[in-house]
Amino acid sequence: MQVPILKQRDYLIASIQAALTDADLLQLRDALVSQVGTYRSRGVIVDVTALDVMDSFAVRTLRDLAHMIRLRGAETVIVGIQPEVSFAMVQLGLTLEGVSTALDLEEGLAYLDKKLRITAPPSVKKRG
Amino acid sequence: MHSQETTVPVNADIDIVTARQKGRELARDLGFTSTDLALIATAISELARNIILYANSGEIVLSVVENGSRRGLKVVARDDGPGIPDIERALEEGFSTSRSLGLGLSGVRRLMDEFDIVSEVGNGTTVTVKKWRL
Repeated sequence: MQVPILKQRDYLIASIQAALTDADLLQLRDALVSQVGTYRSRGVIVDVTALDVMDSFAVRTLRDLAHMIRLRGAETVIVGIQPEVSFAMVQLGLTLEGVSTALDLEEGLAYLDKKLRITAPPSVKKRG
Repeated sequence: MHSQETTVPVNADIDIVTARQKGRELARDLGFTSTDLALIATAISELARNIILYANSGEIVLSVVENGSRRGLKVVARDDGPGIPDIERALEEGFSTSRSLGLGLSGVRRLMDEFDIVSEVGNGTTVTVKKWRL
């Protein structure tokens, strides 16, 4: 099942709707890495609220995705990791080291807004 | 009474999803908590992926087990692949010979209550895990 990717302002939002196969996850990774260039996006949000399992492959692919997108000059936030999923990940020893996460889509957008504003060059003051 | 088994053939990555979904359904019917459901589904996912990675094909067999008044879920992951030459080493934290994350078997052991592995070089691998209801 392909994951729909929405373009909103400077961001790409991928909202995972159902369980994904390994191939689906790789397809999502490649599509986002490519579309960041197509749309000149500065931020990417991957919403995993619908995932009831994040196993080693899913976690590794999301981590790769975030690192690849950073190399392309944009920021990624993973949002919506469920409480049970976070527990299973910790038990399994899986981490999303170096990858930003947020509670939900709203928090993810707020995070990107803040992060990208801070790193943007200061605006030039008008001469008065 | 609870002798029915559900067998999920594991030949492609879609079967990993099917195996963990079937396991989750059975575990839910048994009354496991949502946290346990996530642990069980994740363990099945890792076991099924190991089959694909190391043996190309095999099967996951799900069944209900009883011990006195306790009930639990048993998961058997079986393949006819190359087998594991050094099981001790394969169970070490972080050990992996594939391109996977390398937390496979030791991680699965942590997720479940009981863990058993039988493997012979040239004769495949069978991993049996159980989770008991509290």
